[in-house]
Amino acid sequence: MAAANGTSVSIQDLSLNFGAVSVLQTLNLDVAEGEFIVLLGPSGCGKSTLLNCIAGLLDISEGRIFIKGKNVTWEEPKDRGIGMVFQSYALYPQMTVEKNLSFGLRVAGVPKDEIAKRIARAAEILQIEPLLQRKPAALSGGQRQRVAIGRALVRDVDVFLFDEPLSNLDAKLRSELRVEIKLLHRKLQNTMIYVTHDQIEAMTLADRIAVMRGGVIQQLDAPQTIYNRPVNRFVAGFLGSPAMNFLEGQLEAGSTFKTDGVSVPLERYAFDGTERPTGACVLGIRPEHIAFGEAAKSMPFSASGSVEIVEPMGSDTLVWTKLGGRNLSFRVEAERTLRSGDPVQFGFDPARASLFDAATGNRL
Amino acid sequence: MADPAVPLPAGAGAAEREALGPRGPKPRHVFSRRNIFLYGTLFVVAVYYLLPLYVMVVTSLKGMPEIRLGNIFSPPLEITFEPWVKAWATACTGLNCDGLSRGFWNSVRITVPSVLLSIAIASVNGYALANWRFKGADTFFVILIVGAFIPYQVMIYPIVIILREIGLYGSLSGLVIVHSIFGMPILTLLFRNYFASMPEELFRAARVDGAGFWGIFLRIMAPMSLPIFVVAIILQVTGIWNDFLFGVVYTRPDTYPMTVQLNNIVNSVQGVKEYNVNMAATILTGLVPLIVYFISGKLFVRGIAAGAVKG
Repeated sequence: MAAANGTSVSIQDLSLNFGAVSVLQTLNLDVAEGEFIVLLGPSGCGKSTLLNCIAGLLDISEGRIFIKGKNVTWEEPKDRGIGMVFQSYALYPQMTVEKNLSFGLRVAGVPKDEIAKRIARAAEILQIEPLLQRKPAALSGGQRQRVAIGRALVRDVDVFLFDEPLSNLDAKLRSELRVEIKLLHRKLQNTMIYVTHDQIEAMTLADRIAVMRGGVIQQLDAPQTIYNRPVNRFVAGFLGSPAMNFLEGQLEAGSTFKTDGVSVPLERYAFDGTERPTGACVLGIRPEHIAFGEAAKSMPFSASGSVEIVEPMGSDTLVWTKLGGRNLSFRVEAERTLRSGDPVQFGFDPARASLFDAATGNRL
Repeated sequence: MADPAVPLPAGAGAAEREALGPRGPKPRHVFSRRNIFLYGTLFVVAVYYLLPLYVMVVTSLKGMPEIRLGNIFSPPLEITFEPWVKAWATACTGLNCDGLSRGFWNSVRITVPSVLLSIAIASVNGYALANWRFKGADTFFVILIVGAFIPYQVMIYPIVIILREIGLYGSLSGLVIVHSIFGMPILTLLFRNYFASMPEELFRAARVDGAGFWGIFLRIMAPMSLPIFVVAIILQVTGIWNDFLFGVVYTRPDTYPMTVQLNNIVNSVQGVKEYNVNMAATILTGLVPLIVYFISGKLFVRGIAAGAVKG
């Protein structure tokens, strides 16, 4: 992976306070050269704020920021070697696309033929050549966002910052541009830091995801690890759609999970520590990890119930039933025709489940 | 009878379709009660406001004998432009007998620099207050706004003394400075609100692109702000052109603005009251703001609406 190439952006003990309100708390983050990192979290978690700190648009209260080994903590945004793409595109409405792209270069006093060369390259990569003489008002949302990316591109920078670039687009365009951004990253091999609240974008784009809450990074890991082994209940619940099922219960002797007449054997579960905890805990299992019908019988844990409701989603169908008095959902193939009230057999392998401490929410 | 929700079979008769009730655009009546009230009211109000102007124009085109007949609404029997020429070129105001022309050029020399100076300063003020949040910005803004609520009369005499001390009393530049300062609170408020309503990300993008304080203002913000500049120009041109108080206090007879001269013509006590000359002089004085409104009407409304959104 890219991690071997050295560090591109390094954030050390960064804190940001607005008066008495602490937005970011002693945050540390190292981004490898050429890495695509996604900052993911609900609104107000500080992810955009962190991005603005990296860009130099917000003055930080504590800590240091390095980009390409250079301490840029007190540098102006233009001197940090970054390009930024905003959610609202932020194109200058009175300028043509070409002037939009060249504005930063003209401010910096780059020679004319060099500007022309860079614009030609960016326009070719993003396929916006026919649009160069238009004003932003005459562009569609997707075209505007392409121009906004182009504006970062012509600056010839090491680090790209994306602040929810696709949130203003409709679902179809969003998935198209998502692929384009990924291709762009493949082509350019730049470091990219991407802020989003959309877990699909995060899962599909990222080399590593940093899940944030309340100004703190909860987990920083590869998408699959975050998906399969979330470090706490927040991360587990935030990622995955449909959401993970949670069952509250008791852990007995570190080997059995018990709740309202249900007991799940945990011999196959990989505990985080070596010691076996006991007490109140929460068992989490993703809907796609629950087997159904004949397959359920061979699972280490299986139970039966009846169908409450069925949610067909096209590619598959989500079935809601009850386990130990709590709602539980699982996925079946779309071809299955289940109706409310049908009896169902379901089961799962505890090795794919996640156990969290009921009080702290941390993974056990 | 068929259920209205069920589409009729293709062969259904016209009568059957009719029975289903209204369909398509709702018919509108030109002479509805609503329209009669609406346009009636608008007509009455328009006449109410236009009547004085009509009387002024008509009177200014009559000779004195005709005016003495007393029919102020009747159109002139014999049109004469004599009063207009007299008002512009030969009417006596105090010592000078060269009409309003002197005052007109004085007013131009007062208005143009005042408007340019006050808008130049206020737009930068508003931009700094909206986009570059410096320490104490809010306090500064409050102080500036309070300035808009202090009655002018309180400040007249202190300003007389200040202008005298710096040697500008009675000169046009002194009056220009006074107008620029008094325009500051309302104009700064206007510009601040307009710039604050612009998307913050635009400003950030410009910073990432490397533009500084002046670069962002001159190349990004100002070109996007035509409507608010037009509003400011209209407010200032009409305000300063129509000003009487500062003009009469801070200038001398040969630097009097047009409004002060107009007053001197209309209120002169010796001789016959020449109503036609007075009317012509008044229309001449009011012509500049009138033209400004006519030219810029649409932009003015747009700018006012844009500036009013965010407080």
